[in-house]
Amino acid sequence: MSTGGALLRPGDLLVIVAGIALTAATAAAQWGRPAPSVAQVRLDGRIVAELPLNGTHRISISGALGRSGDTVIEVQPGRARVAADPGPRQYCVQQGWLSRSGSVAVCAPSHITLQLAGPDGGADTMAF
Amino acid sequence: MDAIEVRPDPRDRRLARYAAAAIAASLVEAAIPSPLPGVKPGLANIVILIVLVRHGWRDAAWVSVLRVLAGSLLAGQFLAPGFFLSASGALASLCALGALQPLPARWLGPVGRSVAAAFAHIAGQLLLARLWLVPHDGLFTLAPVFFAAALVFGIVNGVVAARLLRDNAA
Repeated sequence: MSTGGALLRPGDLLVIVAGIALTAATAAAQWGRPAPSVAQVRLDGRIVAELPLNGTHRISISGALGRSGDTVIEVQPGRARVAADPGPRQYCVQQGWLSRSGSVAVCAPSHITLQLAGPDGGADTMAF
Repeated sequence: MDAIEVRPDPRDRRLARYAAAAIAASLVEAAIPSPLPGVKPGLANIVILIVLVRHGWRDAAWVSVLRVLAGSLLAGQFLAPGFFLSASGALASLCALGALQPLPARWLGPVGRSVAAAFAHIAGQLLLARLWLVPHDGLFTLAPVFFAAALVFGIVNGVVAARLLRDNAA
C-alpha cells in the first residue's frame, strides 16, 4: 500500500458520510419516543381495560366513588383522556388529553389510573 | 540444562517498537478523564493505522493484540471487564480493517479506515457489553453518543495518522 496521497480520499468521504448516517439513524431509533399504542385503565392497580389507540372509544368505570358517579375514559386515535370523574378536585380530568407514551392521569379518589403504553411498555428509569 | 534462546529478528524488534508506542498512547489516554465510560480518543489506533499502511494487516494485528495485552497488564486491568471490552473492540476493528484491506489506498486512505475501525470498535464493545455485562436493550440508549464519538475520534486519529505517514514517508 502506498503511503502517499491526499489526506482525504474519495472513499474516506464515503465512510464518513456512512458514519454520520448511521449515527443519525441510531439516534432517531433510540431517542425518538415510540408512539403509544394502547391506553391502560387500572382500578386498584389492576388493569380493567386496555383500549387500542387506533380508534375511538368511550367507557365508563365505577370506581371507589361509584355511588357519586362513573369515571369516563375517552380514547381518540393517538390520545386518551379522563372525560369525567366523581373526584372532588378533578385533577385527572383537568390533565386533558394524554398523547405521550408513559404519561399517566391519576384519579386518586376513584382508585383509577389511565396510562398510555408503547409497544414495549417502556421503562420509567434505569440504573446501573 | 539446555538454554532456550529467543532470537528476535528485525520484524520482532519493529513490532515491539510500534507496540511500545501504542501502549504508551493508551496509558497516556487512561489518564485523561472521560465524561462517559467508553468515550475515549483511542490514540493507540494512530499507531495501529501507521503500522497497517506501512507493514500490512498482519503486523497491525500483532501490534493491536500486544497493545491490548500489555496495556491491560500495565493498567492493572488484565482479565477485568475493561480488558474484555478492550479486546472485543480491538478484534472487531481488526476485522473491519481486514475487510477493507483489499481496497486500493489511493481510493480509501487512513481516515476512512480509521472511521470504519472506530465504528467497529464501539460496535464490538457494545455487543459484548449487551451479551455479558448489561443484558438489557437500555444499553443501546447511549449508542448514538458512542457512535458520534467514534465518528469524531475516528476522523481525528485518521487525519493524524495520514499526516504522520505523509510527512515521514519511509
